[in-house]
Amino acid sequence: MSTARVEHTNAATGLSPHPERATMEGRNKIIGFWLFLGAETVMFACFFGVYLALRNSSLDGPTTQELYHIPMVAVSTLILLFSSLTSVLGVVGMQQHNYKKTMFWFGVTVLLGASFLALEIYEFFVYVGEGHTFTSSAFGSAFYTLLGTHGAHVLFGVCWITGLLFQARKRGLTQEMAPKFFVASLYWHFIDVVWVFIFTVVYLMGKVG
Amino acid sequence: MATIVVLVVFALFLGAILTGGYNKELNNRLRSHWLWDWITTTDHKKIAVLYLLGGTFFFVIGGIEALLMRTQLLFPNNDFIVGREFNELLSMHGTNMIFFVAMPLLFALMNAVIPLQIGARDVAFPFLNALGFWLFFFGALLMNLSLLFGNSPDSGWTNYVPIASNVYSAGTGIDYYVLGVQISGFGTLMGGLNFIATIINMRTPGMSFLRMPLFTWTSFVSSALILFGFPPLTAGLFLVMFERIFGANFFDVAAGGNPVIWQHLFWIFGHPEVYIVILPAFGIMSEVISTFAKKRLFGYNSMVFATLLIGFLGFMVWAHHMFTVGMGPVANSIFAIATMAIAVPTGIKVFNWLFTMWGGKIRFTTAMLYAVGFIPTFVMGGVTGVMLASPPGDYQYHDSYFVVAHFHYVLIGGTVFGILAGCYYWWPKMFGYKLNEKLGKWSFWIFFIGFHLTFFIQHFLGFFGMPRRVFTYQPEDGVTMINQISTVGAYMQALGVILIVVNVIYSYRHRTPAGSDPWDGRTLEWTIPSPPPVYNFAQLPKVRALDAFWHEKMQGNKQMEPAEPLGPIHMPNNNHLPFLMSLGMFVSGLGFVFRSWEVGALGLAFFFLVMFLRSFEKDHGYHIETDEIQRIEKGANA
Repeated sequence: MSTARVEHTNAATGLSPHPERATMEGRNKIIGFWLFLGAETVMFACFFGVYLALRNSSLDGPTTQELYHIPMVAVSTLILLFSSLTSVLGVVGMQQHNYKKTMFWFGVTVLLGASFLALEIYEFFVYVGEGHTFTSSAFGSAFYTLLGTHGAHVLFGVCWITGLLFQARKRGLTQEMAPKFFVASLYWHFIDVVWVFIFTVVYLMGKVG
Repeated sequence: MATIVVLVVFALFLGAILTGGYNKELNNRLRSHWLWDWITTTDHKKIAVLYLLGGTFFFVIGGIEALLMRTQLLFPNNDFIVGREFNELLSMHGTNMIFFVAMPLLFALMNAVIPLQIGARDVAFPFLNALGFWLFFFGALLMNLSLLFGNSPDSGWTNYVPIASNVYSAGTGIDYYVLGVQISGFGTLMGGLNFIATIINMRTPGMSFLRMPLFTWTSFVSSALILFGFPPLTAGLFLVMFERIFGANFFDVAAGGNPVIWQHLFWIFGHPEVYIVILPAFGIMSEVISTFAKKRLFGYNSMVFATLLIGFLGFMVWAHHMFTVGMGPVANSIFAIATMAIAVPTGIKVFNWLFTMWGGKIRFTTAMLYAVGFIPTFVMGGVTGVMLASPPGDYQYHDSYFVVAHFHYVLIGGTVFGILAGCYYWWPKMFGYKLNEKLGKWSFWIFFIGFHLTFFIQHFLGFFGMPRRVFTYQPEDGVTMINQISTVGAYMQALGVILIVVNVIYSYRHRTPAGSDPWDGRTLEWTIPSPPPVYNFAQLPKVRALDAFWHEKMQGNKQMEPAEPLGPIHMPNNNHLPFLMSLGMFVSGLGFVFRSWEVGALGLAFFFLVMFLRSFEKDHGYHIETDEIQRIEKGANA
């Protein structure tokens, strides 16, 4: 911790107010990542389309109304929305060149992401118990593909940000680390936005029919 | 069989880990080998050559597949290659030619030329560029391994379900298609993303968007289509994979699924895909025609506008491939009108090319011959396209040889002619010597005549009722003569391609330095030595007009005005991780093809592990010092 502190103070003198855009590499990374998110949006849109086309094909299994437990999903939603906020606080900390603040808020983001995942796994576990599985019907396949892809993204984000925290512990908040954190927070917002759509299109619309 | 494959895969795996640094002697021997330099390269010019080699390799395979099919169709009731084998040939031919030939060959030219045309020292993401190539290569390799292992994909390049489901295509065939195309699709996506970021962020001072050469423009729009067109394919391929391998039920009607979902997802990708492969060819033609007519491109702004419009409309027309599915008259009409609307910007382009040549001082080099031959050929393909865009007509033409003739006119007459024109045009820039013009013209005429002989007559073959994808016909059908003419044409095309290969070897043996500007060029790539030094531009040029180099020539300057003082240049390091990551994907793909979950998971885990290694790597690149640059520049100009 103490060495990291020393590195941080050294680095802080050389950092600009927007360290993530200070280098050409950083600017490239940010625009490249926005483009990547554009592609991801299209992929998720396709999975949403497939889900909407197949959500009423539940055969003998439970229908959307019977299946979804809104209170539990609402808790997951709150957790994920809150984690988006904490990742913003992390980026703010980075722009203030505040090593401790950055590490703390990104750490909280990781923990919230992990608890979201735990809740989602528990939810799937319950659904499987009620006869709603990946292979039970077209509805099941479409549901788990859409939510599973989102969940895999959350898992990847958790691993990614954890990796970044380890890097920052070694290297401090350098000009090289800044775009990495910034891009990771973009990614985190993206999976949050996708979840907002999942909550609306899958759960809420599933409840009303 | 599966066990052997698993063992081979594990051996490959161990080899990969060993080269990671455990055996020092082996490691050193490997690193000093020339092959290692190519495997680890992040230089866009070398990656271009890799794409060129890869694309050519699969072009030969795809071409042989076409010749085998045409040979089978030489006589009625022929039994040379029938049934499932014929289906495998046509599926492999289509998939290879679209994904593993047209795309990589265009990527080769885009990699070689775009950074030079916008005055950049490299692409925005050199690491990603290498990763994109290796993913493409291993994906293509995975699918083509099916030719060796037997049981190739057999449900067409469109892979329609339920033909592609486990029920009707048992075995590993479709799995090769799904995983091979998926892996190479990731690579293509990265390539497209990289070009967009490069063109937006890396232009030299003064190179505004409306001063960019048209090849850069069309590649830019084409990359945007890749970015938004490939994810639907990714999604669709995941669905087929999950259904085939994990027992999901997206397309099985009995389980509540709907097979039309695949058709939609495939064509939401598939239609932009045809513009992805034609737009860069349009750009190449614009460069070639402008250079060899010695005139500024007529209507440059309208060309850019037409390109953007084609790119936009390209996403609005996918359902015209599905008129006969039964979407109803309203949907069919909307998609028909949108499709016909694309003829307008395309027409703008054709007339602009004609007006560029009008009154120009035309030199009929081989590149220009391809460009001039391209115009009527592509217009014919476009006109049959408008015919197919009419739903009542389409009900007649659907799945007949008329469609085969149509898309070969646009894909060969457009994309392949474009690629060949681009190769002849930029060969001296990429390799430092010209291709032989005499052999080039011979091969052009043989290929051109052979092409029209093969496909022109297939329009009539379609009208006479021959459906596509069937392996034989009866003598009383009255199509024997037409099929035989078509087959003769196919062999003529093969001869033309062989002559091109001969030309490459001949020109290499008799090479003389072409100099930096062999064609009296107009754009930035002709201002630097051929082949360009690793850093491309010793000093970034300052662009003052469209056709930047021509503008300077007209001002009486021999060189571009530099936009920066001479100084140390930062370059990216070589890296072996892209190769390892792609190898992980390849292993994973093989694992899933052979339903070996352990190997599949292991390959994926390896992929992500290397990805995290990359994240932890400190890769700052290196600098080329000023005196080194001066030495290289002196050597190049001497």
